[in-house]
Amino acid sequence: MPGNRLHIDWTACDGRGICAELLPELLAEDDWGYPVARDGATEPAVPDHLADAARRAIDRCPTLALRLARR
Amino acid sequence: MNGTAIPVRLERRLLAGSGDGRLDSHLAEHGRPPALDRPRLIGLLRDAGLTGRGGAGFPTWRKMAAVAATGRAAVVIANGAEGEPASGKDRALLAYRPHLVLDGLQLVAGAVGARTTYLYLPAAAGAAMDAALAARRGAGLDPITVAVRAAPETFVASEESAVVAAVSGRPAVPADKRVRTTEKGVGGAPTLVQNVETLAHIALIARHGAAWFRGAGTADEPGTFLATVGGAVAAPGVLEAGYGVRLGDLVDAAGGATDRLSAVLIGGYHGGWVPADPDLQISRAALAPHGASPGAGVVLALPAVACGLTETARIAGYLAGQVAGQCGPCINGLPRLADTLASLAQRRARPGLPAEVDRLAALVTGRGACRHPDGTARLIRSCLRTFEADVTAHLAGRCLAAEGYGHAR
Repeated sequence: MPGNRLHIDWTACDGRGICAELLPELLAEDDWGYPVARDGATEPAVPDHLADAARRAIDRCPTLALRLARR
Repeated sequence: MNGTAIPVRLERRLLAGSGDGRLDSHLAEHGRPPALDRPRLIGLLRDAGLTGRGGAGFPTWRKMAAVAATGRAAVVIANGAEGEPASGKDRALLAYRPHLVLDGLQLVAGAVGARTTYLYLPAAAGAAMDAALAARRGAGLDPITVAVRAAPETFVASEESAVVAAVSGRPAVPADKRVRTTEKGVGGAPTLVQNVETLAHIALIARHGAAWFRGAGTADEPGTFLATVGGAVAAPGVLEAGYGVRLGDLVDAAGGATDRLSAVLIGGYHGGWVPADPDLQISRAALAPHGASPGAGVVLALPAVACGLTETARIAGYLAGQVAGQCGPCINGLPRLADTLASLAQRRARPGLPAEVDRLAALVTGRGACRHPDGTARLIRSCLRTFEADVTAHLAGRCLAAEGYGHAR
């Protein structure tokens, strides 16, 4: 998935923390439990080897706050 | 508005003429707007180099072309919400020059093939605008229907996706940017949201041309802009000048400083603090090195007797209170950021406090549906830079403003 970035809909995100558990290489939790990109990007790039993990995180987000965006 | 003599360096275009808001005065001064088809108007705005006057400064013709390229019936919204407490220029324009705004709205709506247009503005401006619209209907000036919609008096209500939501009958809060408003906005239609000052400029460009527009401002940032000059000046109010105007000329035109100035806030509550250098030019190019931009034209002069940290903490507290309540990092981060800055301002300081302010500012940036966290973080970071000496003093339990030193820079 070259060029794919992880987009977080902040109006939907509740900070349940599942995405940071499934994608620890990309996401950490901030002071309040909301996901924050480890590289500080607004929409972190998803490298090929994390594509499957990213899909799982998107599918399992209980508030459907995650999606892939082509940028 | 104020009655002071305007120095030659300031240029009145939007604010020229009588400004009584009447249609007969408007027609006597400007005549009826010309009819311009889509390619003519878009080409004219491209040649003029007009940019949006709501704060973001995006090229107006590009936004229009994007809406036109959809090939679908568009909706046009004139945005007069002006949620920014330090800005009064849109309110002044709507009160004193409503017909320039309404001419611009018709020109744009006609060019993009809109069947519906909306005028989104504070409830207080509604009655005067209803009278203006009635006068225009009698004169056959508004072929495309204009519906007035009230804007709530909140900071984020003027953000583009919040405007679309409000006009659609939903709460005026920003949305996640899944699709651009220019492709899908009100009722799914391609939607063009333009600041009311931008529309007023279009009304004049349509009459006088691109070269005339470029006769003011700089080569890269042409035209005039409305500035709301406030704070420690003798005659605060709304002024007009070309981009590149000296800060000193704007302050002089607002009656001059009432005190020695320590700094100036440019662009508004999402703007940046810059040194009170009279030779500093108000343009994107000249302000960029200071991390600021003209934004929506706010110029707020801080007197040396006032503490920049205290003033910024006050603004940060206001901004934290204006969080829309949708996005976790903003809901939690902005109050924490404001509180931490307030601790520094009130000299309840610990050595790590400036670093913590900086960390929180970085943490909230880019993590919301709109730019409210980003703009708040930008303001606070500019405060730490511009008032660096004050930060050092506060950490030592002192305050330069209180001790009468102003801000030594």
